[in-house]
Amino acid sequence: MGHKLEVFFKYLITYGGYKNVITGLRNTLIIAVAGLIIGIIIGAIVAAVKVAGSRNKVAKAISVVGDAYTGLFRGTPIIVQLLIFHYVIFRAIQIDSLLEAVIVFGLNSGAYVAEIMRGGILSVDIGQMEAGRTVGLSYTTTMLKIVIPQAIKNVVPTLGNELIALTKDTSVAGYVATMDLNAAFTAIAGATYDFIVPYLFLALVYLVLVILMTVIIRFVERRMRKSERRN
Amino acid sequence: MNEEIKTQSLVSQEEPQEQGRAMLEVEHLTKKFGDLLVLDDISEKIEQGEKVAIIGPSGSGKSTFLRCLNVLEDPTSGAVYFEGANLCDLKVDINLQRRRMGMVFQQFNLFNNMNVLKNITLAPVHVGLQDLKKVKRKNFFTKVGNVFRAKGKKKELLPITTSAKEIKEAAKENAMRLLGRIGLADKANVYPSTLSGGQRQRIAIVRALAMNPKVMLFDEPTSALDPEMVGEVLALIKELADDGMTMVIVTHEMGFAREVATRVLFMDGGKIQEQGPPEQIFGNPKNDRLKDFLSKVL
Repeated sequence: MGHKLEVFFKYLITYGGYKNVITGLRNTLIIAVAGLIIGIIIGAIVAAVKVAGSRNKVAKAISVVGDAYTGLFRGTPIIVQLLIFHYVIFRAIQIDSLLEAVIVFGLNSGAYVAEIMRGGILSVDIGQMEAGRTVGLSYTTTMLKIVIPQAIKNVVPTLGNELIALTKDTSVAGYVATMDLNAAFTAIAGATYDFIVPYLFLALVYLVLVILMTVIIRFVERRMRKSERRN
Repeated sequence: MNEEIKTQSLVSQEEPQEQGRAMLEVEHLTKKFGDLLVLDDISEKIEQGEKVAIIGPSGSGKSTFLRCLNVLEDPTSGAVYFEGANLCDLKVDINLQRRRMGMVFQQFNLFNNMNVLKNITLAPVHVGLQDLKKVKRKNFFTKVGNVFRAKGKKKELLPITTSAKEIKEAAKENAMRLLGRIGLADKANVYPSTLSGGQRQRIAIVRALAMNPKVMLFDEPTSALDPEMVGEVLALIKELADDGMTMVIVTHEMGFAREVATRVLFMDGGKIQEQGPPEQIFGNPKNDRLKDFLSKVL
């Protein structure tokens, strides 16, 4: 074991393996965070449309599209989605593999966030919407300025969950030639003919990453609850 | 001639008024929730300056009636006219009409994600900026059009008398003035959750007043309050009534209805069973159900 550790660190430090690990860490974070941001934007729109779905025919038509979208992206594994985007949809255009991963993870998480947000919107008291409408604001304005901000606050803990899940899901981004954490450590494993130490370290890095995220999410949550705290 | 009318209606944003209508007019209003008939063919007029109190047992449809007045509840059939505009007509811009109808809820419904000042200024600022944007957009198209028009025929631009900054400052000033009037100016920057029920309800009233409404609708404004806070809210409503505001109040406070209302409607079973001045309703009721109701609540 001591020998394996020695080889691992020697490869990591002296032979420049750390460069891949740093790139991998960066890419993993980029994919997870950018993916979640895209997911929140898509999810909020899809959720708002779904909630508005019963109001008129146009909204209903769009909400059917939203249903198809969530159904499709929740119903297939993310690896399959990555491969389809890589080999089918983006086949003709050369696109940076990191960007590709961000897009796929964003679309995938959008489908989950849409349902999370829908629950969040429904959890906001109906009176808030009524109050907004009675002072003369339109449905859309009330939704954007009053309901959705409160909905986001309600779903921060669940969105944190989504961020953590997304971070770990990025470990499949290597399938489409993105240098993520998994790919970086797999490269080390391949080069040193040792799979035990690199993968244990990989697990450790993910673990630390997730613990850090948990702390940050707690902090954000507490900040956003500010308006509910009594002086 | 024709063009002049067109531009006028665009500027003022008013729906054409029909002659001879009361401020609020309800015609054959019926509301069903599924099979349940809540409002049964109600026709009623409310004139400017009237203070109408609606009383009646729970489930009599009085809250639904009030909510139909600003179409928060879509009537199943019938029409609601506010200053001549039929609110049930989808062509009428309901948001424009609702700006002139304030509403106060039993549960206050202050915006939880905003502090008190923002609660009050949100709608006036938003509406002001929206109107400003509209005028600017219209002017832009007139300008583009003017490039192609002959020298003498160039259209005049609409005057812009205000700016975004002014709108915000005016709204803030007005909000602070209103808050000062109810003695809550020091609460401008706190969130609603830190306030007592009575304070929240008074701020909700002020929020509605910030839009300069023509009529105020109160949906059981004191029913969710602790007994000791009822007084402060009723005092504010009374003050409003004395200032000449037209109002419709659904209430269980019989003493208040008697004191403030110019007319009392007694509702039961989705119909207005009896109505008249408070002295008559409380002093000399004729309807059996009203007598029964009053004997229980007074």
